[in-house]
Amino acid sequence: MTGFFEMGGYAGYVWPAYAAAAVVMVGLWLLSLRGARLLEAQLRLLQESRPHRRRTAGKRTRPEEATGADA
Amino acid sequence: MHRFANPARFLRLAALVLPWSGGLTVVLLGAGLYFALVASPPDYQQGDTVRIMYIHVPAAWMGLFCYTTMAVASATALIWKHPLADVIAKASAPVGAGFTFLCLLTGALWGKPMWGTWWAWDARLTSMLILLFLYFGHMALVNAFDDPTRGAKAAAILALAGFVNVPVIKFSVDWWKTLHQPASVVKMGGPAIDASMMLPLLLMALGFTTYFVSVLILRVRAEIAGAKIRAIRLMQVHGQG
Amino acid sequence: MKSFVEIVRRDLRLALRQGTDSVMVVTFFVLTVVLFPFGIGPELNILQRVSPGVLWVTALLASMLSLDRLFQTDYEDGALELLTLSPTPLPIIVMAKATAHWLTTGLPLIAAAPLLAVLLNMNSSGFVTLIGAMLLGTPSLSLIGAVGAGLVLGARRGGVLLSLLILPLYIPVLIFGVGAVDAAIHGFSPNAQLLVLAAILLAALPLAPWATSAAIRQAIE
Repeated sequence: MTGFFEMGGYAGYVWPAYAAAAVVMVGLWLLSLRGARLLEAQLRLLQESRPHRRRTAGKRTRPEEATGADA
Repeated sequence: MHRFANPARFLRLAALVLPWSGGLTVVLLGAGLYFALVASPPDYQQGDTVRIMYIHVPAAWMGLFCYTTMAVASATALIWKHPLADVIAKASAPVGAGFTFLCLLTGALWGKPMWGTWWAWDARLTSMLILLFLYFGHMALVNAFDDPTRGAKAAAILALAGFVNVPVIKFSVDWWKTLHQPASVVKMGGPAIDASMMLPLLLMALGFTTYFVSVLILRVRAEIAGAKIRAIRLMQVHGQG
Repeated sequence: MKSFVEIVRRDLRLALRQGTDSVMVVTFFVLTVVLFPFGIGPELNILQRVSPGVLWVTALLASMLSLDRLFQTDYEDGALELLTLSPTPLPIIVMAKATAHWLTTGLPLIAAAPLLAVLLNMNSSGFVTLIGAMLLGTPSLSLIGAVGAGLVLGARRGGVLLSLLILPLYIPVLIFGVGAVDAAIHGFSPNAQLLVLAAILLAALPLAPWATSAAIRQAIE
């Protein structure tokens, strides 16, 4: 079992390599998940607070919106 | 491909795929780690440092794969103006940069005991470092404009301009016989690597790929939500209060 | 062809009227090279060893200095938009501007290089190759630089961003430029490296104006 941790004497190189991989990959995963969740929650809030939600994308149903920006 | 142009369709597809790609990632990486760290032999010459290879080589492959994805998406955005293509390119860049950085870092950790140096300016290392800078440049350019579409288009051109670096990396170890080991896996005549090492290598590579897909889905979701938020805010400014 | 010459003439006239650009670029080149003996010590052996690299790196940085102005002023006052509407193809216009940039930046750098090589005690067997390599390499720098300049039009912190984008793409020119001079100094033939520099230039000549035009059209939209 100690052989596993000592990695034939190269522990100081092998384990930091795997640790770095874990940090980078898990970190990026968490950041991306957080970003998606935050923005989707924000979007839901915005959509619910608007008085007339558009269900169909791209269709303008209100005359005022027709003069709005061609976003 | 245009079936996925509509963000709603993409989001439905993404919701189906993500649990699978996420689950596969865990399984593949778990198995890969087991074989990499426990069930595979140390190398005859390199001892246990060869286990670093199971991170280093897949990370290198992913660095190139992500850039290729970015370049294809950029070309699609510029030629066919596919609306999601820009988003996919932008979302791929940080993942590719992360893998490239990991490749360089684990390479240094492998090089120090084996070659006696943390770094060498040979063709393969140098072009991987250039790849990392290209990723950084792409990420900076995308965010450098107030208008996000302008940033996306400029970054698309940059991604294509830098794509010439990818074949250089792949073939650099064959063109310049310097320090880095020449190709052993993807070469004429088949792989030159033992099966007991091939297995963890492939498991890790596949696991990294499904990881990329999973993270990409998350990042594209975030981009789509961000774009919708901007659109709503824009309408609130221009139309109703 | 006529409009190509006209645009080169126009840019040169503007540059000369301003006067400062070429002088500034060469001054930067000289000053930065002079910094090195202060930084790494005046020991001639060491300076000689690093002289090709120092000269090339500073030439790279100097040629980047005036890049963000390549299209910026025309972009800001609307002249660039007018140029895109002219009957001359946009890539030709870009090539003309890059040529003007090279004439006001690359050529003066090449002229100053031998003097600075003497200051760094570079081995004289490398001088001719240095000139030749820079003649082949600096036009590529202007062309690749034009791509970067087009991409950052209208961006925040365009100048710094330009450097970040361009330097990785400059590295092959640097590698082979220094490689050629090093080869000549050590008695080998620099032909292989010079051929690669020529190949890079030949590839940049059609590709860079095309990519820059795409970038400019994005900026104008």
